[in-house]
Amino acid sequence: MNKTIITVVGKDAVGIIAKVCTYLAENKANILDISQTIVQEYFNMMMIADLSEMDKPFEVFSNELTEIGLSMGVQVKCQREEIFDKMHRI
Amino acid sequence: MINIYEVLETNKMIDQENLDVRTITMGINLLDCMDSNVDVLCRNVYERITRLAKNLVKVGEDISKEYGIPIVNKRVSITPISLVGGMACRVPEDYVKIAYTLDRAAKELGINFLGGYSSIVSKGMTRSDELLIRSIPQALAETERICSSVNIGSTKTGINMDAVKLMGEIICQTAEQTKEKDSLGCAKLVVLCNAPDDNPFMAGAFHGVSEADAIINVGVSGPGVVKQALSQIRGASFEVLCETIKRTAFKITRVGQLVAQEASRRLGVPFGIIDLSLAPTPAIGDSVAEILEEIGLERAGAPGTTAALALLNDQVKKGGVMASSYVGGLSGAFIPVSEDQGMIDAVECGALTLEKLEAMTCVCSVGLDMIAIPGDTPATTISGIIADEAAIGMVNQKTTAVRIIPVIGKTVGDTVEFGGLLGYAPVMPVNSFACSDFINRKGRIPAPIHSFKN
Repeated sequence: MNKTIITVVGKDAVGIIAKVCTYLAENKANILDISQTIVQEYFNMMMIADLSEMDKPFEVFSNELTEIGLSMGVQVKCQREEIFDKMHRI
Repeated sequence: MINIYEVLETNKMIDQENLDVRTITMGINLLDCMDSNVDVLCRNVYERITRLAKNLVKVGEDISKEYGIPIVNKRVSITPISLVGGMACRVPEDYVKIAYTLDRAAKELGINFLGGYSSIVSKGMTRSDELLIRSIPQALAETERICSSVNIGSTKTGINMDAVKLMGEIICQTAEQTKEKDSLGCAKLVVLCNAPDDNPFMAGAFHGVSEADAIINVGVSGPGVVKQALSQIRGASFEVLCETIKRTAFKITRVGQLVAQEASRRLGVPFGIIDLSLAPTPAIGDSVAEILEEIGLERAGAPGTTAALALLNDQVKKGGVMASSYVGGLSGAFIPVSEDQGMIDAVECGALTLEKLEAMTCVCSVGLDMIAIPGDTPATTISGIIADEAAIGMVNQKTTAVRIIPVIGKTVGDTVEFGGLLGYAPVMPVNSFACSDFINRKGRIPAPIHSFKN
């Protein structure tokens, strides 16, 4: 498993999840979990994806996702799971 | 599995509260670069540093991208150069040659500072130590990225007052030689007591003789995160206050630990320590003074400041210790003036004085840090300030330091701009009564009675 956390933050709009998921599917990233919430009118989504099958370097994947986000006016971030795991689990 | 609220909390710390890893510092041993010819020595040193730290910046940037956490500085610390240059250097200018080499190596690596243009003279000075110390003004004036430190005392050895006297003069000369840049050279020069061997923070970083060939030390930060957490519990009891600081420090340090382990693995260099320090920057909201205000002081420097700082420092350590496998370095809250907007404001409105800052250094790391004073302050007065700080460190078995900048041509009421992470500072008044008869005595202050523990 090579787990990555993808977060999308921004004003809600039609097709945000669809577009991100399409990109993940094209890159053989398997989605393990999705959750979303609205905080102060902002759309917050988090996905946990497994990138073990992906053949792109992480940096390229992360930059391309950020680009897709920008084209829809939302911020997309891609971070390895360990940073959250370390911080919130003993 | 991690939930969305935990993810959002972490990202809020990074995006809005300035959470970052302040520095990944690679310590490099240079003892076997020694040679009796200074040119050969320089070649060995350059080759060693650029080979071992070749990937330091790249690895730091990669980790930063993959985990989404800024890693502000990638730096190198080296064996105190007075130990390396003894055989080759006959005059201070020989040491300056080594400084040029180190500066070139730092530029080649793309790091902003390289620390270890240093000497440890806690008890006495060798000829080599003295040559190095006398070369400091020129070395700092003619290089960009070199940081220098001199350790003039320790709990075990007492205080070397001859070195204290000399360092007062060296600070004045460094100020004079860099006067075109508001005496910036002094911002890269620190005088320490009880200096640790594994400090990743500049300007006092060096790779001590107790260390292995190479090591990765990491300094964490995050005053903004602590401040934000405390703003949620205003008016709560001390128990709740302490608990909140501890929890926050734990989270911050865990990120540092992760980054340190990753850096160590990718560079193939063993992990040394995490330095649990709250290191402020001039950015708004990244201030230790603002934490003190959040704890309940109108301004840093108000009565209660020392107690609040003692509490803060202790809780940061208690939270951080459990988050990391090895803790070391300075580990405590830093209270620099020019690098902390809240401290600058406190000085400007008259709440914070040099004397109160000295009291604060009794309970936190590290000392009188990044303080601008009038350019006409006598060398002996600066030595007196150094002696006072060293005495606090010696008696309390802690690290203390003085990084003070006598700004040539400026006086109380003026402001000095250092730029970047070094920030800006109002020139602070210094007690004008003399201490020259005290400083001009020869010899050293003996070690305190409680250092005899065997």
